[in-house]
Amino acid sequence: MLLYILKRIVYVAPVALGVSLVCFMLVHLAPGDPLTAIMPVDATAEQQSEMRTIYGFDRPLPVQFGLWLGKVLTGDLGVSIATGRPVLGEVARAVKNSLILAAVATLIGFALGSFFGFVAGYFRNSVMDRLASAISVLGVSVPHYWLGMVMVIIFSAQLNWLPPTGAGPGGSADWRPDFEHLRYIILPAITMSVIPMGIIARTVRALVADILSQEFVQALRAKGLGEWGVFKHVVTNAAPTALAVMGLQLGYLLGGSILIETVFAWPGAGFLLNAAIFQRDLPLLQGTILVLAMFFVSLNLIVDVAQTALDPRIQRA
Amino acid sequence: MIRKTLSRAALAGLAVMGSCLAAHAQGTLRIGMTASDIPLTTGQTDNGGEGMRFMGYTVYDGLINWDLTSADKPSDITPGLATEWGIAPGDESKTKWIFKIRPGVKFHDGSDFTAESVVWNLDKLMKTDAPQYDQRQSAQGKSRIPAVASYRVVDPMTVEIVTKAPDATLPYQLAWIMMSSPAQWEKLGKSWEAFAKTPSGTGPWKLTGFAPRERAEMVPNKEYWDKTRVPKLDKLILMPLPEPNARVAALRAGQVDWIEAPAPDAVESLKGAGFQIVTNAYPHNWTWHLSRIEGSPWNDIRVRKAANLAIDREGMKELLSGMMIPAQGWLPPGHQWFGEPTFKVTYDVEQAKKLLAEAGYGPDKPIRTKILISPSGSGQMLPLPMNEFIQQSLAEVGIMVDYEVVEWNQMINIWRAGAKDPSARGTTAINYSYFIQDPFSGFIRQTQCSLSAPAGVNWGYYCDPETDKLFEQVRNTFDPAAQTEILKKVHEKFVNDALFLFVTHDVAPRAMSAKVKGFVQAQNWFQNFGTITVEP
Repeated sequence: MLLYILKRIVYVAPVALGVSLVCFMLVHLAPGDPLTAIMPVDATAEQQSEMRTIYGFDRPLPVQFGLWLGKVLTGDLGVSIATGRPVLGEVARAVKNSLILAAVATLIGFALGSFFGFVAGYFRNSVMDRLASAISVLGVSVPHYWLGMVMVIIFSAQLNWLPPTGAGPGGSADWRPDFEHLRYIILPAITMSVIPMGIIARTVRALVADILSQEFVQALRAKGLGEWGVFKHVVTNAAPTALAVMGLQLGYLLGGSILIETVFAWPGAGFLLNAAIFQRDLPLLQGTILVLAMFFVSLNLIVDVAQTALDPRIQRA
Repeated sequence: MIRKTLSRAALAGLAVMGSCLAAHAQGTLRIGMTASDIPLTTGQTDNGGEGMRFMGYTVYDGLINWDLTSADKPSDITPGLATEWGIAPGDESKTKWIFKIRPGVKFHDGSDFTAESVVWNLDKLMKTDAPQYDQRQSAQGKSRIPAVASYRVVDPMTVEIVTKAPDATLPYQLAWIMMSSPAQWEKLGKSWEAFAKTPSGTGPWKLTGFAPRERAEMVPNKEYWDKTRVPKLDKLILMPLPEPNARVAALRAGQVDWIEAPAPDAVESLKGAGFQIVTNAYPHNWTWHLSRIEGSPWNDIRVRKAANLAIDREGMKELLSGMMIPAQGWLPPGHQWFGEPTFKVTYDVEQAKKLLAEAGYGPDKPIRTKILISPSGSGQMLPLPMNEFIQQSLAEVGIMVDYEVVEWNQMINIWRAGAKDPSARGTTAINYSYFIQDPFSGFIRQTQCSLSAPAGVNWGYYCDPETDKLFEQVRNTFDPAAQTEILKKVHEKFVNDALFLFVTHDVAPRAMSAKVKGFVQAQNWFQNFGTITVEP
């Protein structure tokens, strides 16, 4: 098992290098000028050139990449050119906020998705199956930022029940899981949970249906095991795949929440990415993408290891 | 006796309660900004006009400030940390300026503001080997003062600034430069990062709390030198809400009391829900900057005038729910530099067709050209529907335009590169919004020959010795009244020669709760928050 984990960690290195190269190139190949973030738009060519030299943007791209990578390897993601604040601190703060949001959203998505999936799988082709399947299809199909806006109109603007933006009455700095702060997370978390809910529901439905049709279930029933006992076996067999999907969804939520975090002004990685893109803040953009990508890679690793622990056959494969 | 004492005590108690209420009844104002981050807090702000509005003129002052007291007339510059200024007596070169420092001004940290502070702050932007040189502030501030060649302390209350050439627009340039506290920077270990968290200026507000990308909190500086600008509020909170719908939702839900730039389609419903929509003219211009390079159809004044006469600006105003001022020239109507242009920018399709026919165009031979536009951007209002509207208007008179749509940041680069650059893709105009608050940003940078791209932002390579001569006069006229007369002539030339497609001016819409009282929206990019109160 330890060897397997080590092997997987070694595989991460080339992936990380590839990710850093791709994110650096993408950011630099995109149109726009980082000086837009730090200079008045009508600064003269001479002033721009002077500032380009000061920030090192006049150097060849491979040199810039080499210098950036060298710093990244020592844990220094550089300094945001727009704010002058260290990128690592900015990203860490934002990722923490995104993690909170993603965790709550995943919890909601996993709970509801599993529920609908099991119901649909156990009662295939019934009305309940169709209803649960319709909900899951709706979850996958509805544009989540649109749903977010609709929920804001209903629950914030009309009913005034829940706050529409921000992470808490005093911001995210003093975030804690009390009612005052959880009120702020409800709308973005529900909006965010809709897609994972749909995906997990569909996966679990297919899994449950498949497991129920297998011979060992018939054998269990033939041996006189009660329905509750059979259910537990189904859950155990469905869990590794459902967990894998959940892990991937968590990763997806961390990086893919740019629209939701912008709609709800949630100060997470998506909000940060949005700001970095519009300001052409290259160090911040590179740093955020890299951290998110590495997060995704790490999550995959953790899910793989967890799957192996749950089902040793995967390791042999 | 006891009764008398009791009634006195009761009266005294009421008086104390009254004074306490008066002190605490002015409230907290929470503002949803369009910026995605709290503007740079160290002095020279980022985020353009919004940054200066919320973090420049609140926490800091310039030697020269903008007068933000009136909503009825365009604002002009006014003494700030300098009480008076002018060319040094006997200086024939007209390049040596003397600034008298306002006595008794203190930074928020208690240190004195002196002539030394001015030089220290200019070094912060200009002198790369100065310990306090800050490249972020320099990037924002140095380009604002292109005239400055050198500066020195004459005595503790006098500063001399020397310009590269005679330049009477220097006071306008200096209105951009904010003064940070040298003592605070020293106290914080000479670190601008630390200074950003606990900044110190001389302005009417003190920054007391700052969470990057989430909020900034300010309290009044009760010792502010200009008593008319001492804030009445207890607290001012700024929140970055870049998404327009999120801003509207936050206002409706009572999370903020004021939002910048509500989406035009939300205005009517906000009004219906009891919110105030405050607008006013300000020096903003939404235009097509025309190319004047060889082959451009806009080289013919008849075509330029025809296009200006073809646009139904009142129709466009309806499209924008009334949130615009139809252009009558380059500057908003009523501006002190507007003058009396002879070419009237109206909607006259017949006259437009006649002018085009004179220029050799007609229904059989329409003008076909390409224009560069962006789908969004700072100050661009609603560029897609507005440009579609113009496209239809121009088509009616025989000017057929196609659009090259590029992302806003890319468009800024093309704008800097100029119409001759391949990145302009053969377009003959660029749809751009201009900050036109002072002579340089308002006129000179777009049209002076020597500022043709890429040296400056004269995107279209317009060059007219007559206009350049007027600019020379502006720079050499140090009497403000006489300078205003020349600026009127500049504007008259802009309009009479139809140098741009004059379309509209934004009205800086703000939506606020009915509880917000006392706001006077100055005709300026910056605003004064001192007069505002928020009812409980």
